[in-house]
Amino acid sequence: MNTLYSIWFAILGLSVVLIFVRFIAGSKIQDRVIALDMFTTVTTGGLVLLSAFMKSSMLLDISLVYAILSFVSVLVIARYLEERRAK
Amino acid sequence: MSIIAYILIFTGVSFSFLGALGIVRMKDIYTRLQTSTKATTLGAFATIIGVGFLYPSWMLKCIAIAFFILFTSPIASHSLARATHKSGIKLNKDQIDSLESDNKEG
Repeated sequence: MNTLYSIWFAILGLSVVLIFVRFIAGSKIQDRVIALDMFTTVTTGGLVLLSAFMKSSMLLDISLVYAILSFVSVLVIARYLEERRAK
Repeated sequence: MSIIAYILIFTGVSFSFLGALGIVRMKDIYTRLQTSTKATTLGAFATIIGVGFLYPSWMLKCIAIAFFILFTSPIASHSLARATHKSGIKLNKDQIDSLESDNKEG
């Protein structure tokens, strides 16, 4: 059981490292926003998996709020990038 | 029951990894947007539903989170693509930009 959880968390951590490579190397600001969006989605899945590992349902509520905040922040950044061009 | 949960969680985790691999390997900003929104949405969805199968008393909360991600991730991705296209970033040379030619015509 613990071995399965370590394999899953290792794969998730590897994907977070790959996303951070794009976050640092991304040549434009849109690349970084895409990497941020993807990072929050992967981390939401990771939080739910962590709450299953810890056997407490506290992290489920936290992940729901985290998903809402990431959605709103990406929308706001996208609107900002769109309006910056229009002026 | 737990076999289904393990298969679902493994599918979700591996799709998250494939999406992360795609965001590093893809050459264009729009293809990066595509792999980041599709593969990662399926990954998070399958992981959360799998945790719901693992602990059946959490199933309602897990369904709420999973469907929230399923509905909001395409909206965020669409608005990002719209902002990217409006700020004048071109596609690769071997692709056809139908939206730009439509805007030019009328």
